[in-house]
Amino acid sequence: MRRYLTPFLFLSPATLLILLFFFTPVVATILLSFTDLSTTTFQNPSWVGLKNYQDLLADPFLKKIFLNTAKYVALTLAFNVGMGLLLALLTSLVPERYGDPFRALWLLPRILPPVVYVFIWQGLLAEAPMGLVSDLLGVSKNWLVAAPWTAVILANGFVGASFGMLIFTSAIRAIPRELFYAAAVDGATTWQTVRKVVLPLLAWPILFVTAYQTLSLLTSFEYILLLTDGGPGFYTTEVWSLRAYHLALSNYFGNVEFGLGAAMAAVLVVIGVVVSLFYLKIFNFKALVSEPKIEVY
Amino acid sequence: MKRGIPVRLEGLSKRFGRVEAVKRLDLEIGAGELVAFLGPSGCGKTTTLLMIAGIYRPTTGAVYFGDRRVDPLHPRDRDVGMVFQSYALYPHLTLFENIAFPLRLKKVPDAEVRARVQKTADLLGIGHILERKPAQVSGGQQQRAALARALVKEPQVLLLDEPLSNLDAQIRLSARAEIRRLQQELGVTAILVTHDQAEALAMADRVAVFSMGELQQYDTPEVLYHRPKNTFVAGFVGSPPMNLIEGTFTGDGFRSGELRIPIPGAPTGKGWLGVRPEHLALGEGGHPARVLVVEPLGREVLVVAEVAGVRLQVLLPEDRRPEPGGQVGVVFPERATLHFFDETGRRIGPE
Ligand SMILES: Nc1ncnc2c1ncn2[C@@H]1O[C@H](COP(=O)(O)OP(=O)(O)O)[C@@H](O)[C@H]1O
Ligand SMILES: [Mg+2]
Repeated sequence: MRRYLTPFLFLSPATLLILLFFFTPVVATILLSFTDLSTTTFQNPSWVGLKNYQDLLADPFLKKIFLNTAKYVALTLAFNVGMGLLLALLTSLVPERYGDPFRALWLLPRILPPVVYVFIWQGLLAEAPMGLVSDLLGVSKNWLVAAPWTAVILANGFVGASFGMLIFTSAIRAIPRELFYAAAVDGATTWQTVRKVVLPLLAWPILFVTAYQTLSLLTSFEYILLLTDGGPGFYTTEVWSLRAYHLALSNYFGNVEFGLGAAMAAVLVVIGVVVSLFYLKIFNFKALVSEPKIEVY
Repeated sequence: MKRGIPVRLEGLSKRFGRVEAVKRLDLEIGAGELVAFLGPSGCGKTTTLLMIAGIYRPTTGAVYFGDRRVDPLHPRDRDVGMVFQSYALYPHLTLFENIAFPLRLKKVPDAEVRARVQKTADLLGIGHILERKPAQVSGGQQQRAALARALVKEPQVLLLDEPLSNLDAQIRLSARAEIRRLQQELGVTAILVTHDQAEALAMADRVAVFSMGELQQYDTPEVLYHRPKNTFVAGFVGSPPMNLIEGTFTGDGFRSGELRIPIPGAPTGKGWLGVRPEHLALGEGGHPARVLVVEPLGREVLVVAEVAGVRLQVLLPEDRRPEPGGQVGVVFPERATLHFFDETGRRIGPE
């Protein structure tokens, strides 16, 4: 008995937190998704079984929203990971006194409150003479309307890239200096050293950042909400989580449908779990966890 | 395989901010010679080696390989092989691909890569484990793989940065002999960095002794042992280290406190008298001394004795073993095996 008690004791704080902050909301969401709870039925909601899910599937815009989500996640992810990697490599190749301030600069968007950050973007993308982008390009347009996807991806990417940058930078710094020396003596150029030594050694952090950011992008919508609110026009940049939010908490017509929104959120949880399992498989999770580093008695 | 070429360092120095890691170093290494850089940790050995390899740019001075000035060149244009203290094998590659790495970069055809890697690996006795990753082989095997990677491109200059210091004592001895044999067979010019004086004396044709970024002496092991240029070299080369007694030379002897040693033709003035533990003996008529410590070293016994307030280490054959606390006589050797240094530590005799 004691044999099993100790490991459980060690794991119990984390388990409690997960139960409280993950399982409880998920279960609540799923329960909610089987009801018709909305502004009109707020007093006496009733069980409606799978009706919300049927409505979801019948929604003519579901496909567009799904594709929007895939596009948003894939492109932002590519920017985040690619730019993060590029920044980490560039700032690691120059002396620290230049690299460190440059990295700090890239962290600024992350420490700004999203509302302020988006406000700056809106200013940048406005018509001339207000908008810097219009001034620079010499074409006066509201770029938020003209190129909403680019705006959404860049605004997210400029925040998101710094995460990869930090992880990759510390991973590059963890590579022993002598490996770089060895590569130089062996005849490698800087680019060959990056390609044949550094990148293979970053495989794990790259996978980690990709997995982590996929999940966080699937569920995050605050920058889109503030920047375009799913627009311009009809669902141009509306993604899954934003749609769930709109349905459940902020319907245009004042009638918020908690039940339907919860159904969308529940589907998103399933997608998230599937994606996680997929990544865990690539991570070769079994191999990573098979041997405990210390033995517990 | 091509023969090694001479290496010449001229006024070489390296600063890191305020630290002067290497100070105006002049040194010539003959073609095919094995030279050891010997000195305590932090004295600038690795920095010098990295300047020769081309990793560090010298602050001043020049590096020549033969007649070619190489210090402005990138490492890949210098034709050097290097073994790092940590071996620096690429952890994501098999031993085969580690050794093949320099050849792959030179776009050597695959068949030739295979042949050369296999040949070099066989030479070093790791031909059968080439499919393993570095983490899956022992320290000794990693060291051989690192050596194979350095040798596979048949460099003219081989640089070894403490290649043996991470090995078990037993393997270290055989690896010493093996590196020496390979180096002589291949005729490559080699520089071996070490802080282990026994290793330097055993392996090198000549030894450069460093202290705090400065070259102290550059000579054959015999000269280093018999005629150290200063008290630093005297104390660093030889094990157990030379006894160095501070005192005054009086023309006909040496005086330190109560201790008086007659030496015909001694210099005059303040200075240091050096005498190696193996040149001291215990016996009748010696200077009366008290035994403090007796330390059996296997074949020999190390005795620490106090003579008139001066502590001396004496190395004795194993069968001579005095009692700790007992009284003995310490006998000083002939003038020829003594060493005289002036106040600043510079050697002043005997000639
Ligand atoms: N990259 C570096 N930056 C700053 N100081 C360094 C660097 N490399 C070496 N040093 C300093 O230079 C001195 C010599 O170091 P090193 O050549 O590594 O000594 P050794 O190899 O003889 O132990 C030391 O004081 C060390 O702290
Ligand atoms: Mg060193």
